[in-house]
Amino acid sequence: MNVVVCVKQIPDPAAPPSLDSGTNNLSRTGKLILDDSDAYGVEMGLQLADSAGGGEVTLVSMAPNGETSGLRTGLAMGAAKAILVSDDTLAGTDALGTAKVLAAAIKRAEPDLILAATESSDGYTGTTPVQVAEILGLPSVTFAKKVEVTGESVKVERQTESGYDEVECPLPALVTVTAGVVEPRYPSFKGIMAAKSKPVETLTVADLGLDAGQVGAAGSRQEITDVSAADARQAGEIVVDEGDGADRIVQFLEQLKVL
Amino acid sequence: MAIDKIWVLAEVADGKPITASLELISHARSLAETVEAVAWGEDTAAVAGTLGEYGATVVHDVGDLSGALPGAPVAAALAAAVEAGGGPDAILFPATYDGRDIAGRLSAKLDRPVLTNVVGLSADDGGLSTQHAIFGGQQNVTAHFTGEGPGLFVIRAKSFPAEPSGGGAAEVSALEAPDTGATNAARIVARHVEERTGPKLDEADVVVSGGRGLGQADQYALIEELATLLKGAPGASRAIVDAGWVPYSHQVGQTGKTVKPTVYLACGISGATQHLVGMKNSKNIVAINKDQDAPIFTVADLGIVGDVHKVVPKLIETLKARG
Ligand SMILES: Cc1cc2nc3c(=O)[nH]c(=O)nc-3n(C[C@H](O)[C@H](O)[C@H](O)COP(=O)(O)OP(=O)(O)OC[C@H]3O[C@@H](n4cnc5c(N)ncnc54)[C@H](O)[C@@H]3O)c2cc1C
Ligand SMILES: Nc1ncnc2c1ncn2[C@@H]1O[C@H](COP(=O)(O)O)[C@@H](O)[C@H]1O
Repeated sequence: MNVVVCVKQIPDPAAPPSLDSGTNNLSRTGKLILDDSDAYGVEMGLQLADSAGGGEVTLVSMAPNGETSGLRTGLAMGAAKAILVSDDTLAGTDALGTAKVLAAAIKRAEPDLILAATESSDGYTGTTPVQVAEILGLPSVTFAKKVEVTGESVKVERQTESGYDEVECPLPALVTVTAGVVEPRYPSFKGIMAAKSKPVETLTVADLGLDAGQVGAAGSRQEITDVSAADARQAGEIVVDEGDGADRIVQFLEQLKVL
Repeated sequence: MAIDKIWVLAEVADGKPITASLELISHARSLAETVEAVAWGEDTAAVAGTLGEYGATVVHDVGDLSGALPGAPVAAALAAAVEAGGGPDAILFPATYDGRDIAGRLSAKLDRPVLTNVVGLSADDGGLSTQHAIFGGQQNVTAHFTGEGPGLFVIRAKSFPAEPSGGGAAEVSALEAPDTGATNAARIVARHVEERTGPKLDEADVVVSGGRGLGQADQYALIEELATLLKGAPGASRAIVDAGWVPYSHQVGQTGKTVKPTVYLACGISGATQHLVGMKNSKNIVAINKDQDAPIFTVADLGIVGDVHKVVPKLIETLKARG
């Protein structure tokens, strides 16, 4: 079974985020890393390929400046190879443009199953994966908290407001996984060394046969007109508990007539 | 692009339109002359009254999906309606699982972008502008949709109040879903509902949430007990949902529920931006955290710098003593 895992490479979330002052897009300068949200997809892909008794995991990513550090992390975890789409014309691409690029790249790997995260840590539009599925003409199951492949179909426990649904879907299909579905493995030293020589195919927009007008800032059809600080909440009262913390809360609740 | 007609995706749960959809219908009335709903399911006529009461004059009914996930068929029905002409200038989707699926698929079908994580929507001479809260709600971004209509917007719950307009029942009109082929192959084979007592998390007047500061899964019982005593609902940070201490339905934040209770009590929660987005608009916030520099204190009306294992049991004891 061939599994493609979409992996986004993002700025380190530990570093404070900022907007580019010229374009108001999220700044994506500096080294990028594998989005934690996608580490679950990589782990899930590896486990599913393993239990299917063969097949391989291909990572697909779109990122600026030929960035591969996040891909290397996924390869070190055990993915066989990676496809990276990197092209200056992609700056400012929105979710739909990203989906067009990813779909074109994914097609080359002829997967039985495509995995992605329900939402990325930095963009969190959460629509890219279903857009990919629609472009590829595939069914999708989002918000999976458990995934099992049996023969020609995938069985998913899909999160709902009140619990979960059991959903069955024939392959090929796209599934998005929630955080915490599996415990992502730490790359071993051997894995890290092996990852250095695993193939990463780097493609441009032209290589994928896409029209540059569909992607990038031109394709995004929205413009940011204003960025302003939100109204800050009025500073509250912060007190150190000296054994009276609970009483303070009770008084506060009484004032609000909650008690 | 003048805004004359808006369609709102009306999701139905437990036989009623969800509140998030009613919020969107209510707000749409202030933006457009005509507001219509789109629904699916076995008995759309049963919700036409409520949809009309909030301002929808028509409900376009995709009908029963026979166990299919709504994403593909509902998006196909909407796309066909748009392509046929005379459709809406904008379509509003609640930020639910199905709402996001439908909006994403429709966006790809129509080759139009979809704006997500919207918390404000206003009409101006040039069309529609959206507000988005970023960096945990510290900054607001306003974006203007420049594309050809209809604009597609996925809007977070509780961005607008749900207010009845006193309208009569919406007229039910069938909306045909064209053949969707392979994209519509996913089927729900069983449903599991988690037992839950007390008020719903996103409707409760008091929410008591626990985070990793509780230390261990069994300590969550304190949160549940406190919530029950306050007639509220227990909530959680994602850290303890991911750790498997509590089900996902308890999660508050960007990927979880948006809550706006009278009182939000955060116990052992750091206040990461993704958590703040989901609770920062609560009327009153109380936080208990042993780290006085925890970001949660920046939004707290009352902050107790202390140990949850001391403060919470004492609080429970005091409330019990009051009876
Ligand atoms: C894409 C994305 C989406 C996300 N969505 C969400 C979301 O929807 N909701 C959400 O909550 N998070 C979300 N997160 C995760 C978020 O970034 C944080 O990791 C999470 O909120 C942290 O949970 P926490 O506060 O329980 O844990 P921590 O950040 O570990 O905080 C624990 C806190 O407990 C305090 N503490 C420890 N011991 C005690 C004690 N004995 N008494 C009192 N205080 C104590 C500590 O000082 C600390 O402040 C998301 C992250 C990403 C990347
Ligand atoms: N540039 C990208 N490269 C690879 N995968 C992506 C990219 N953008 C989004 N994805 C995938 O789609 C998921 C949802 O992203 P988003 O729509 O940004 O919330 C991510 O978690 C990834 O799995």
